[in-house]
Order: sequence, then C-alpha cells, then structure tokens
Amino acid sequence: MATARPTGTDPGDATRASSAGRGGGPVGGRELLPQVRLKHWGRWVSAVVIVVLLVALVYGASQGDISYRDIPYYLVSPIILQGLVGTIVLAVVAQVSAVVIGVVIALMRISKNPVAQAFAAGYTWLFRGLPVLLQILLWYNLALIFPRLTVGVPFTDVVFLDVSTNDVMTTFVAAFLGLALNESAYMAEIVRAGLKSVDRGQIEAAQSIGQTPMQRMARIVLPQAMRIIIPPTGNDFINMLKGTAMASVIGYLELIKAANNIASFNLQVMETLIAAAIWYMVIVSVASVGQFYLERSFDRQDRRPGGPPNARALRRKVAADLGRAPLVRSTP
Amino acid sequence: MTTTDTTTAGGAVPAAEAAPVLEAIGIGKSYGSHEVLRDVSMTVRSGEVVCIIGPSGAGKSTFLRTLNRLEEPDAGEVWVGGEPMGFELRDGVLHELSERRLSAQRARTAMVFQHFNLFPHLTVLGNVLEGPVRVQRRSAKEARREAVEILERVGLGDKVDAYPGQLSGGQRQRVAIARAVAMKPLFLLFDEPTSALDPELVGEVLKVMGDLARDGMTMLVVTHEIQFAREVADRVVFMADGGIVEQGPVEQVLGAPREARTQQFLQRVLT
Repeated sequence: MATARPTGTDPGDATRASSAGRGGGPVGGRELLPQVRLKHWGRWVSAVVIVVLLVALVYGASQGDISYRDIPYYLVSPIILQGLVGTIVLAVVAQVSAVVIGVVIALMRISKNPVAQAFAAGYTWLFRGLPVLLQILLWYNLALIFPRLTVGVPFTDVVFLDVSTNDVMTTFVAAFLGLALNESAYMAEIVRAGLKSVDRGQIEAAQSIGQTPMQRMARIVLPQAMRIIIPPTGNDFINMLKGTAMASVIGYLELIKAANNIASFNLQVMETLIAAAIWYMVIVSVASVGQFYLERSFDRQDRRPGGPPNARALRRKVAADLGRAPLVRSTP
Repeated sequence: MTTTDTTTAGGAVPAAEAAPVLEAIGIGKSYGSHEVLRDVSMTVRSGEVVCIIGPSGAGKSTFLRTLNRLEEPDAGEVWVGGEPMGFELRDGVLHELSERRLSAQRARTAMVFQHFNLFPHLTVLGNVLEGPVRVQRRSAKEARREAVEILERVGLGDKVDAYPGQLSGGQRQRVAIARAVAMKPLFLLFDEPTSALDPELVGEVLKVMGDLARDGMTMLVVTHEIQFAREVADRVVFMADGGIVEQGPVEQVLGAPREARTQQFLQRVLT
C-alpha cells in the first residue's frame, strides 16, 4: 500500500530507504512505478451526443415557420407589458393575502378552541383539495347562483351593502380569490410547521418572564419560526407567478391573455407566446435570485453558532410533510 | 439586591412579621390517572433558600412549575406576594384570571430551567433585557445598565454581545440566571439548573447561585446537588411519590433524617 502512495510516509519508510541505500528512491526504498489513469470514454461519447443533439435542435428551430425577428417587438409591445404588470400585481396581491390568511388559519389550527381547529382543518382540506382553475371558475360564475351580494342582518330589513355580483366579481377579483384562497391553505401548513418547529422550552421561558401570549408570539416564536417559514414561502411565490396564467381562462389581462389578444388578430400565436414565455423566465429568475439570497442569509445564520441548529434539516422535513419536492437546494 | 417587595392584597392574607413571599397550599396534580402531586404545601419567606431534593419521578419539577403556573394544578392554591396565582380574590371567591393578567403575575417571579431555554435569536444582553424592557416596561437605559451589571456579577461582562450558541453550557446557564435576576423577582425558581451540564461546568453555576443566596435572594431550588444544599440552603424539603416526606433545617434533614425513605435516598446518593 505504501508503494502506491506518491506522498506521505509511514515510520518504516525512512529505515528501509537507508538500508536499501538507493538515494534516488523517494518512498519505500525504490522508484515508484508509472500509473495509467482510467480514460472515461463514456463521458466523451455522451458529451458529444448531447452537443450534436443540441445543434440539431437549434437547426431544426431555425427551419421552423416562425418569424423570430418579431419577438423582440412583442416583448415590449404595450399590451404585453400591460399583461406583465397584470401578472405581477395579481401574484403579489394574492401571495400577500395568502400569507395573512395562512397565518390566521395556522393560529386557529394550533389554538385550543376545538371549533376553530376543525374550521381550520376543513378550510385547508377544501381550498387545497380543489384545482385552482376550478376555484377561479366557481368564483367568476358566482353571479349565476347569487345575482346580488347583500350584507345585512339576517331575518331583518337592515342592509349595509347591496350590490350586483357581476359588478364585484371582476376577472381580477375572481382570479385573486381563486389563487389567494388556494395558496392560503398551503401557507397555513407552512406557518403551522414553522410554529411547531419552535422548542416548547422557548415558550415556557417567555412565560416565565411574564410575556403575554401576544408578546410571546411576536418576540419569541415568530422570529424563530420565520427561518422555517420564509424559504418555502419564496418558493410558493415563484409558483404563484406562474399560476396567474390560469386567470387568462376567465379573460383577466395577464401575460398569456395579452399574447392571445395580439395573436387573435395577426395569428402570430407562437411569436407572442414565446414573448410571454421570455417574460415568465425573467420574472421567475428575478424571484429565484431573491429566493437564493434570502435562503443564503438564513443558512448563514444557521452557521452562526448562535442560531438554532438544523433549520435546513427542518425545512427539508417541512417539504416532506407537505408532500412536495425539496423546497431548498443545499448550498455547498 | 434584596427584594422585599411586600405587596399585600386587600387584607386577604394575615400579615406575619416576615410575610411569606410564596405559599403553596394543598397542591395536587394528575396526568390522566397518574397522580404526580398529592396535597403538597410549602411556605417560603423572604430571603429564604429552600432546596427540594428527592428521587426522579417524585414530582419536584412539576411542583416547582405549578408555583409560576407553567403547570396548572388540579387542586390547591399558590399565593405569590399575597396574590393568588392565576386568580383574583373577590368576595371570598377566586376568579380565574385571563392569560394576560396571569402573565403580569408571572413577571413578579422568575425561573431558571434545566435546559437554559435562552432565546437563540437574541444576544446575551437581549436575553437579559427582554423581561425588564418588554414586559416590565422599565426605561431601556437604566435596564441596560443594570443588565450589564448583573452579567458582570455572573462573570459574563465580556459576553454581552455574544449569542447563546457561542457559549458553553455553564455560561448559558449563568446568562439564564442573569435573565431571571434582572426581573427583580420576589423569588427565583431553579429547576435542576445543573443537571444538563458537563460535570466540570457545574461548579461555576453553583458558585453564582451561592453568591445570590448570600446576597439575600429568595430561592427555591430543585436539585440533585446535596453538597450545594448542605452549604447554601436554609431548609431542605425531601419529596417522594408526589408528596413531601420530610422537611426542616439542613442539618436535620441531611444530617439526621427521621424518615426511613429519606435515609434510604441519602444513603444511595451520598455513597
């Protein structure tokens, strides 16, 4: 074994080298034998295959019946930009609302009130169980069963608000409700997992110094739960950006609807869709970069000895609990 | 550093010469059909140091935790500084308090835990200031000066800006003690404060506790450190099977125990 090692000597080497009297031999008292490294032919072959396929793909694409030169024009056309704003606004508003509702549902789920617990469980079951597209369609067509929305005291003539459902249920509102309520069910699970990850002793210590339930939540539990909650939330926001595409079905002006609007009178379906695709890649990439830095700052806190250990392992466990793909890539 | 803050509630409790800061009367607690505490009563007067010893499973920690109502007793009353813990006395009836009002009562006590339970996201100073500033709403500047002073007294004056994770177990427990002392509590509750420490770190924590006792702090200590009890305690309480078997002055309980159960226990831990 010692002869196969170019570096490192064991205690026996020195004596053996001197007794053999061969000054030139650095190790083990004799010249080392030459070594031939394994040639990884398979890697070369597969690399070549991949490159050839890619070239073929690009060539094939260039032969397609499509006018690529129009795409940059569509990228910055007013209607596509309007759709871009529509996508971003809908995603942000829906995600923020989902976080707020999710926190409330999570708190109900862990409360001691059995009715609140059951309500939260039912809420999550319902809004997570139905396809988002179906939810959007149900909200959008609400006027078919409730032509007017009335807020008042039941069984009396007291009415605070009475409006036509169609006036309220715009495409934005319907898409917002569908997306936000579905996401809030996921957020509730994420927040609950985060709250559960905080050690019971932390709450007891906060109680022992006389903190009220609100103070305990705000000062002790949430700051520690955040490290678990924030990364999967960022992940969900990226999904939300893409999920807004479903709002195109009811005619809300987001990227896909904008692309279709243009294509409907000039038939450049693929050109406009590719322009939309490029915008999706841009906003998702921007969100991913934000997500990366967010995660890294939390992982750095993990490495700081003061941070609670294995937040990363916990996050992976959260991902497993939610039955989804790993939410967090591990940074080496 | 004496805390003789005798807040007497509307003449409900007869005021003795040295009013008890803590009175537990007939405390009982069960988990399902398992009875953990049975009719435990105890009085602690200002400045006293009481050590509770006994075999594991005796209910020592559970009893301690009923005193600041981290554990809700099924039976009995706890009076802290003349107030019924968790209740309000009106017309001779105890009315249960909201969690909020209970919190205010807890702010007059403090506890040191076996596993420290420091807040990992706050610095050492942040941990110590949390109670005085956020709960008791004392002026930040003054509280800060006092906190640094307390940290210096427990030998951690150079660690104010460190995070708990950067400290050894013994240092963490000393921060936890500082956090408790900073509340200026009527008394300090210690729940096996050295049980989770490496043997070589036990001494530094016991020394800080001894210093506090000499300064006149009222302390109730659940511990396995018989030697500490012998040196520091005014009174020793021996608990077993959810009840008090024997209590009295240190020399008596540790030196010449009357009950066979106590003798057995001491024989086992001291040999």
